[in-house]
Amino acid sequence: MNKQRLKAKIIKYFLQSCGSLSIIIVLLIFLFLFKEAFPFIGSPGIGELFHNIWNPVSFQKEEFGLVPLITGSILVTILATIIAIPFGIIGAVYISEVASAKEREFLKPFIEILAGIPSVVLGFFGLIVIAPLIKELFGLNTGLTALTGAVLLAFMAIPTIMSISEDAIKSVPAAYKEASLALGASKLETIWKVVVPAALSGIVASVMLGMGRVVGETMTVMMVTGNAPVISMNPFTSVRTMTATIAAEMGEVTIGSDHYMALFWVGIVLMLMTFSLNMISYRVLKKYGMIDK
Amino acid sequence: MNSKRTGEKIIYWLMRGITYLVVVFIAYILIDILIHGLPAISWEFITGDPEKSGAEGGIFPAILGTFFLVIGTIVVALPLGMFSAIYLTEYAKQSKFTQTIRMAIVTLAGVPSIVFGLFGLGLFVIALDFGASILAGSLTLACMILPTIIVASEEALKAVPKYMREGSLALGATKWETIYKNVLPYALPGMLTGAILGIGRAAGETAPILLTAAAFFLPELPSSVFDQVMALPYHLYILATQHPEAQKILPMQYGTALVLLFLVIGLNFVAIILRIKVRKKYKW
Repeated sequence: MNKQRLKAKIIKYFLQSCGSLSIIIVLLIFLFLFKEAFPFIGSPGIGELFHNIWNPVSFQKEEFGLVPLITGSILVTILATIIAIPFGIIGAVYISEVASAKEREFLKPFIEILAGIPSVVLGFFGLIVIAPLIKELFGLNTGLTALTGAVLLAFMAIPTIMSISEDAIKSVPAAYKEASLALGASKLETIWKVVVPAALSGIVASVMLGMGRVVGETMTVMMVTGNAPVISMNPFTSVRTMTATIAAEMGEVTIGSDHYMALFWVGIVLMLMTFSLNMISYRVLKKYGMIDK
Repeated sequence: MNSKRTGEKIIYWLMRGITYLVVVFIAYILIDILIHGLPAISWEFITGDPEKSGAEGGIFPAILGTFFLVIGTIVVALPLGMFSAIYLTEYAKQSKFTQTIRMAIVTLAGVPSIVFGLFGLGLFVIALDFGASILAGSLTLACMILPTIIVASEEALKAVPKYMREGSLALGATKWETIYKNVLPYALPGMLTGAILGIGRAAGETAPILLTAAAFFLPELPSSVFDQVMALPYHLYILATQHPEAQKILPMQYGTALVLLFLVIGLNFVAIILRIKVRKKYKW
């Protein structure tokens, strides 16, 4: 009997340690980002990171200002979100409230495919098809702009926004709808004036999760935004995001150099941005019972 | 009243139009890559080595490399994810600790893939001295897909009704016997769905392996887990952006894109079908 108890205990502790693995990995991620980035504080000095120029490879003076990279990421993210919101939300409302059951069975898996397309394939498609289109459409010198990246990233955020908004809409109690219909409101009025407002916090959370995905996306932006580290809020200029900077430059740096450490600082900023976006949406979704406690 | 009705109809059609615009966009990507990629596909393309730095020849080493990476990833991530899910659904009580685990899973799911790359570089490649290798790449990818597998496994476990557990416990079975013999067999297909989705993600990711495992060209196939590998997504990235004659080798790029897309969407499709089948088979 005692042996059995011991066995049960061992199993429990084993499973528990597997369960806590996620915590350990998250801690390790923070630990290693800071470990690799830390010596930068002493030698070039942390103030360097707040400069306005990113020019890490130079014979005169190397510059490690993160500002152009951060503005690049913000510009692409905001544009992508603006494009994705109408598609994501209207699509979610359509699928959950208007579409017939058959239509829904086709639409949902099909849009899930979009979430499954590898980012490098999307970037390739953007490079070959979307970039020339944008160049032609707006009469630009190059199609590799912030807008091109934003269009493609919008389509990456759409499946996230759609599926979570849809969950939020579904969790609105049927009584709300019935009451509205019973008072003589039409179906459309009920959808936009009762259902959507009731699901609003979940919808906002879905948009933030979508933004988290966009900020962290690497390959697509690296391939289509032109990679020019300039401070600009013009959608038609080339920009360079934080993710693309790490991916493009990490292969060529000497381990332990100033440039290497600066790239880890980029990673820390990126991690903190996505972490806060995710935590806020997690809180909101949890509050409304859409996530297990 | 009638004009109001017409107005509503117009709005419904607008909503339908916007939704289907997304569908059209997806279809356009798929068809474009299919049409331009198919002519490039041949037996030689699939089984041959790249020649003239990828401008001619095949992509076999890249396919094999992706295969190795994916196998390594799933061997690590599947058991850990499954055990983690068993702990969360069957053992964990509502506590600060459990909540912290859940928050960690959400955080992990949101970490940008390139940050996983940095992490893998710092921990596996440098600190543990695996070098850029299959091992380092697989472990990095495993950390990345862990949340996918945990969440899917949890869903599968929760779908098994309570009375399956109660019946077994009432007959004197221990908790683990109950889980092992009366819960896991029914949850397994659902867990596999999560595993397949995870594989699909791991196969398509470029950013993490960029820093931990991938090489554009290797003269020989890898012979151990400490070797670098070629990989499909990385191959496509280099061909499309870094190759000196990128414009001229479009067919090679489209061919690689098609193989990768086929692999990843194929896996997703299998997962979706499996999920539908499982739901139909076990109606409690």
